[in-house]
Amino acid sequence: MLTIKDLCASVEDKEIIRQLSLEVKPGEVHAIMGPNGAGKSTLGNVLAGRPGYEATSGSVDFKGQDLLDLDPEIRAREGLFLAFQYPVEIPGVSNMELLKAAVDARRSHTGQPELSAIDFMKMAREASKAVDLDQSFLKRGVNEGFSGGEKKRNEIMQMMLMEPSLCILDETDSGLDIDALQVVAKGVNAMRSPDRSFIVVTHYQRLLDFIVPDYVHVLANGRIVKSGDKSLALELEAKGYSWLEDEVA
Amino acid sequence: MSEQVEQLIRKEYAAGFHTDIESETLPPGLNEDVIRFISAKKNEPEWMLEWRLKAYKIWLTMEEPEWAHVHYPEIDFQSISYFSAPKSYEDRPKSLDEVDPDLIETYNKLGIPLHEQEMLAGVAVDAVFDSVSVVTTYRAKLEEAGVIFCPISEAVHRFPDLVKKYLGSVVPQRDNYYSALNCAVFSDGSFVYIPKGVRCPMELSTYFRINEMNTGQFERTLIIADEGSHVSYLEGCTAPQRDENQLHAAVVELVALDNAEIKYSTVQNWYPGDENGKGGIYNFVTKRGICHTRAKISWTQVETGSAVTWKYPSCILKGDHSIGEFYSVALTNNYQQADTGTKMIHLGKNTKSTIISKGISAGHSQNAYRGLVRMGSSAAGARNYTQCDSLLIGDRCGAHTFPYIESAHPSAIVEHEATTSKVSDDQMFLCQQRGLDAEKAVSMIVNGFCREVFKQLPMEFAVEAGKLLEVSLEGSVG
Ligand SMILES: Nc1ncnc2c1ncn2[C@@H]1O[C@H](COP(=O)(O)OP(=O)(O)OP(=O)(O)O)[C@@H](O)[C@H]1O
Ligand SMILES: [Mg+2]
Repeated sequence: MLTIKDLCASVEDKEIIRQLSLEVKPGEVHAIMGPNGAGKSTLGNVLAGRPGYEATSGSVDFKGQDLLDLDPEIRAREGLFLAFQYPVEIPGVSNMELLKAAVDARRSHTGQPELSAIDFMKMAREASKAVDLDQSFLKRGVNEGFSGGEKKRNEIMQMMLMEPSLCILDETDSGLDIDALQVVAKGVNAMRSPDRSFIVVTHYQRLLDFIVPDYVHVLANGRIVKSGDKSLALELEAKGYSWLEDEVA
Repeated sequence: MSEQVEQLIRKEYAAGFHTDIESETLPPGLNEDVIRFISAKKNEPEWMLEWRLKAYKIWLTMEEPEWAHVHYPEIDFQSISYFSAPKSYEDRPKSLDEVDPDLIETYNKLGIPLHEQEMLAGVAVDAVFDSVSVVTTYRAKLEEAGVIFCPISEAVHRFPDLVKKYLGSVVPQRDNYYSALNCAVFSDGSFVYIPKGVRCPMELSTYFRINEMNTGQFERTLIIADEGSHVSYLEGCTAPQRDENQLHAAVVELVALDNAEIKYSTVQNWYPGDENGKGGIYNFVTKRGICHTRAKISWTQVETGSAVTWKYPSCILKGDHSIGEFYSVALTNNYQQADTGTKMIHLGKNTKSTIISKGISAGHSQNAYRGLVRMGSSAAGARNYTQCDSLLIGDRCGAHTFPYIESAHPSAIVEHEATTSKVSDDQMFLCQQRGLDAEKAVSMIVNGFCREVFKQLPMEFAVEAGKLLEVSLEGSVG
């Protein structure tokens, strides 16, 4: 699915990702944890192709293609989805309108027929129900006046509709109450399949009780400094990160 | 219909007139003889000629205004030709193959069907006559309701009393430099009269007058809604309009008598010049309406064309409890300049006005909102709400807001809100991450920004306006 080799990336000439390698196979769930400012969001942005986030060396293969060579919208149409840590508002553009354009773009890219307005509406209603957002959210401006938790659930709703092959969730759990956390986890779990992979960035082991990862990685200083299975998350919860930094140093 | 106009123009001229009336185009320049020529070509009655001449004399004493936030080379009014007859059938393109391919490409992007493209491009084919039959049915329906909708040149002959009474009653001859010029040399335009208590059975659209080419330069429109009547009027269309005349100075006058309502929607897409700012129309428009007791006038405009726009659709709220509205989207790209806004003049008690203005600037363009809200000394309990938002795309363009508020009555309330924002990188990236390319992303964000105004447009127009923004924004990103 995704093979990152010795990736270095910088933002505004500042190197943030340093020689990072990671292999994500189809169907796997990888959790990425690590201290603030370690470069977790940067990694997501580099993979999604955000302008200004520049890969300076190394390679990324996504489903057999050189990912770094693709425009951001092509990466999205190919099935790479990034759920944002801080979803932005787009006033006046309805959620529905963005979603329809997004789904149309992805489907036409992959040669699927365009959905009729009615079928799309049905799908959208189901997705909003699945993340426990009232249908009125479909008509509202994208994230316009949404609460923090509503924005996060909205990201998951978009993810469901786009049916990506690789989902990167950047701290989707922060700001969610316990019930919402379960709703989101349930949504993600329902989407797990042998040909869909997840990279879940989180600070809390709690999420990983619900979305059980195959691997847990610790990102510090732009590198993966330790990898393990889900028990690593528990260990981190107990000990924090400093012991790792000591270990690496 | 074009035949009809041609006939009208070719009609015998008044005696004792000494310019060469055989010619179909006048040499450049403006003097009394030119005005006599225009009037004679239209076979106008004496009073109409006198009215034009009076305006011309006033114009001579006036100076071109310089206060607007626009810059353009000085206009030599003696180098302009003030009359040209419509192109004859033989001179028109025989098929779309003979039309500028860029224009055709834009038509296609806007999704304009082939036969309409032929009509718009003035192709000399029979297809054009399909539209004549549409126009005929349409006219019959209006006549049944007693609605008058005809070229103003025709109204001068058929309804002289109405024209005499109302022409220049809202925008007087001496109102401003360009309107005075228009009064002197106006080519043609629409005349509408809605009788008392009648709800016009359909939207009136200049689109149905498309065959009457060559009215664009000094267009003159007069709409009278008699007591308790209701009309919605659409001007322009989204298809780009080319014109050999660089200077346009139109005048529109609206009269809403007691309890009447006029909704006037415009999509303006005159040629804006190329991406380097060469060419393009100078559009200096005077639009104003007067509201009598409990009447309502609503201006909605989508302005994307022209190299220079100078335009302030306004309302004089004369009658008590009358309502004025102004909803505007003005988009400038490349080197376009727009100075547009409105004037709400509150005279009556408890009059209300709403101004929603959305300015979008891209490229190297300059976009200014200029609005006046005046609460007269008799305007007890009057209210205005103004919201004026600017959106910048890129960092080489400019947005400016010039609100003028004058309140002579202590109980009048004026509220003004203004914002300036940018299409943010975050918004762009969110859209791209959802699979939209940069151009689609910008157009979606801009359309969202304009939503409040688009809501005011008749359905069909709103969809077209969205597409128009998309096409107009091309090349503004990446
Ligand atoms: N656009 C930017 N301009 C300048 N510096 C940036 C930019 N984006 C990220 N950085 C810097 O890169 C480093 C890594 O940031 P990043 O957001 O990837 O951290 P993170 O691991 O996601 O942290 P958190 O857990 O707080 O979300 C930080 O020092 C941050 O300040
Ligand atoms: Mg982060």
